[in-house]
Amino acid sequence: MTAETLAAPAAFDPGAEAARATAAILHDTLHGTERGVVVDSPPGAGKSTLVVRAALELAAAGRPLMVVAQTNAQVDDLVLRLAEKNPDLPVGRLHSSDADPYDKALDGLENVRKSAKAADLAGLSVVLSTAAKWAHVKVDEPWRHAIVDEAYQMRSDSLLAVAGLFERALFVGDPGQLDPFATVGSEQWAGLAYDPSSSAVTTLLAHNPGLPQHRLPVSWRLPASASRLVSDAFYPYTPFRSGTDHGDRSLAFSVPSDGSGPDRVIDEAAAAGWGLLELPARHTPRTDPEAVRAVAAVVRRLLDREGRATSERSPDPAPLTADRVAVGTAHRDQAAAVRAALAGLGVHDVTVDTANRLQGREYDVTVVLHPLSGRPDATAFHLETGRLCVLTSRHRHACIVVCREGVGDLLDDYPSTEPVQLGTLVKFPDGWEANHAVLAHLAEHRVAWRP
Amino acid sequence: MSLITTLARLEAVHTGRAQPAATVRHRHLSDRPLVFVPLTTAGEAGAPLGALVGTDRDAPHLLAVPQPRDRDLRFAFLAELADIVLPYVEAYAESVEAAERTETDPETGKRVKVEVDLCADAAQLVVPSRAGVDFVRLLGRSMRFRRTAEQDPETPHPAPPRVPLLGRWLTHYGERARVPGSSLLLAVTDLLGRHWATGQSTLEDQHLGALLAWIAPDGAEGATGAEAARRAELARDGDGQLLCPPAGPATDPAFDNKLLAPAIERYDRARTALAAAEDGLEADERLGALTAAEREIRALVESRTRPTWDAVWRGLDLLRELPEGAHAEERWTRDRWSFTSHRDRVLAGEPPQPRRDDAVTAANKLATREREQARLEAQEALDDPLVMAGRRLAGEAFAGEVVDVVMAYSESKRPSPRPLVTVRTDDRPYLGERVKVYRSLGGKPQTAEFVGAASSDDAPEDGTLVLRITDRMGRGKEPEAGSVPEKGDLVCFTLFEHEPRGGAKLPDPEQTPWTHGGPPGEAASVPEAADAQTEEDVL
Repeated sequence: MTAETLAAPAAFDPGAEAARATAAILHDTLHGTERGVVVDSPPGAGKSTLVVRAALELAAAGRPLMVVAQTNAQVDDLVLRLAEKNPDLPVGRLHSSDADPYDKALDGLENVRKSAKAADLAGLSVVLSTAAKWAHVKVDEPWRHAIVDEAYQMRSDSLLAVAGLFERALFVGDPGQLDPFATVGSEQWAGLAYDPSSSAVTTLLAHNPGLPQHRLPVSWRLPASASRLVSDAFYPYTPFRSGTDHGDRSLAFSVPSDGSGPDRVIDEAAAAGWGLLELPARHTPRTDPEAVRAVAAVVRRLLDREGRATSERSPDPAPLTADRVAVGTAHRDQAAAVRAALAGLGVHDVTVDTANRLQGREYDVTVVLHPLSGRPDATAFHLETGRLCVLTSRHRHACIVVCREGVGDLLDDYPSTEPVQLGTLVKFPDGWEANHAVLAHLAEHRVAWRP
Repeated sequence: MSLITTLARLEAVHTGRAQPAATVRHRHLSDRPLVFVPLTTAGEAGAPLGALVGTDRDAPHLLAVPQPRDRDLRFAFLAELADIVLPYVEAYAESVEAAERTETDPETGKRVKVEVDLCADAAQLVVPSRAGVDFVRLLGRSMRFRRTAEQDPETPHPAPPRVPLLGRWLTHYGERARVPGSSLLLAVTDLLGRHWATGQSTLEDQHLGALLAWIAPDGAEGATGAEAARRAELARDGDGQLLCPPAGPATDPAFDNKLLAPAIERYDRARTALAAAEDGLEADERLGALTAAEREIRALVESRTRPTWDAVWRGLDLLRELPEGAHAEERWTRDRWSFTSHRDRVLAGEPPQPRRDDAVTAANKLATREREQARLEAQEALDDPLVMAGRRLAGEAFAGEVVDVVMAYSESKRPSPRPLVTVRTDDRPYLGERVKVYRSLGGKPQTAEFVGAASSDDAPEDGTLVLRITDRMGRGKEPEAGSVPEKGDLVCFTLFEHEPRGGAKLPDPEQTPWTHGGPPGEAASVPEAADAQTEEDVL
């Protein structure tokens, strides 16, 4: 539609829009009458910043607060951010009784008390833990307030286990990322408002449809080249904008291209924000050796060519180092194969992980092995909208997709065939449509390569 | 599908015979299972056409409904079924042994041990295929809410006395069948599919005849599994009837149209004629015609169920040839607990299982099933080297020889042993630094953590892994004898846990929080909403 008008700088001030949304959320959280507030946040829209800010304001208002996150890494990250913003705030980190239950960096923080028992942390302004740990906590009097982070990745049954601990809560999450899953069939409960395998927010809103719902409108992570595609493909009814404009960020390389496939796709991605390295069509095992080698070669060249990333964060370009690059795959064996191939090329510090584990992370450049590359069929797992969304929305500058030719035909041969369940909310867009949208866009930045 | 299953299926195609997918039997089989081969009526949900049922392979009970749309006849069928199934179930329910169970004391809130009855064995139901399991569930649902004249004299269509009780038992069995690894209600196609890999798709494996044709083809000499399976699926006699009738409960349309429909029509006519009889002599004659028509339908039902009945027993024979896996008995004990608890609920006069689970029950069931799934996967691998081979191939386990053991200690005030064990393996596990690995030590899992690849220079791919053993070495400074592997030992470590951890306790249903609609039955709970109106609805 009207990309030009939207892009006009006068029409849209991302900073002001984001501030307005945040103010409304904080108002509802602190002064609202409803028991819950739901915030949808697209990739990189400042979700963690919002959680930290809400936590600080609630603490400042003297309301005891518990924070529920989904993984230990997320909890530790929030604790560090809280301590950074307000080093004097008494914070409790409730952890499991396993060995090394929390990040060692927390030991250096004076006002962070750590314990495996909730009773030891009573009276602190903010207590943080994972949903799994909170589920074991028993209280006589519930907390007045809670913040539930990554609520769309939390399963309904895990909210059921902790919801008795608080009176009211702010639920924050990204509806476009991977849905929670169960390792056994749960069709039996499909369509029930409290289907234990659905997401916490789905259940919450099914039972409390009147809760205020907010949306963060600006992605600070995604570059202007990516926000449009990600918004259109994965958030068609809740569009968002990028906080930066075309030209605000750039990626340049000191070492010129040697004309090979990897170098050409790197240059394309540096210029356009997207690059598709297309290998010849072929049905392959999951750990397609050629594709894995191609991914490793792209990463090796990215580092060898001494990239410099310029962004709004600093006037001087930052070097593109190994820790600013990540590789995303659909399966763990693929990640392992890429890691082995990278080690073979002498690359060690690049993050290689599956979509599930890359959720919430941010890099300058990502290299993605397309979930459907080389497959003879398109299963629900590989078509899942959230998987592709996570893989294509982790980057600040550029995303390079490595894929075999023929995914478009594969998609047309295998339209979604999941049974329709009565009473369930159909999620839009479906993976088929989103995959096509992304593929169509990537086709404009295609570099065909025969290794 | 895992890589090893794909390989086994390729091998099956290549050799023309099913390949073993397990070396032991991973499910408990009762000495006296009750086999149930039901047939249903096309186009009418929950209208049984007939069944073979019983524990004696040579003398099954034949049940048939000559007019499946007649609800009185349907009740008669269900009553007859109850008279066969319930005595079988109740025989197991009566024989108990003493057992201990930890319960939460309602007054003190502490966990205490209480002595309870545990049924010494449980009734096991076997159906031909997964569709049969669904049919058991459907029968259960259709019966458990019926009221008998004794329960409610006012009820307009009272059910025969024992039918609601049968409905509750079948519901319990159908629900238990959803728990991974459970054996109260088994489908033979699932059992065979677990233990053999055929050269066809898993969907095709749902055809019991075709599946058996791959595993143990009878008669057809020299035919490959694929040919035998094709014959089992498609071959028809001169009248156009399948030689190997489908395992049901659905019947073949050619049978419905050509044989069953005319027979039912003859029965209907005979019945109408009998009702219109004007005197005793005429009635006697017409009753004879009706009986003959009924006998004809019974013969038809038997002709379609008997081949399946025999196939089920043949499948059970094949499975019995495999020795039972070491952990199958433990899982069967869980089945016995499940059986016992249902028996207790029935004895305590509790109402039938509700139509829908409440939020807490649903969450508890899901948690149990996920735990049982993890337990099953771990136990099958530990019991069966072939299953473990699949996990090793998938990078989730590794086996190898211990090439070096170096004693080391933890850095605490009371140093405990933390020996470093070097293992040489040809497997390629997906190990990251400090990833925990487990091995079975006297039936209990021993934990170690991955330290790194052993190498003097940078060669991490040489297949030598250093592990630090972290537990099960006793309390002393020196590890107990046999608790640390020695040089030359063959060891197998897994990346998955052997005993899944239990989750947190969920609130009681009466404490269901506001996020999940509050306690069930309260006005706060959301009434079942019809589809919400959308903009597209208003044109």
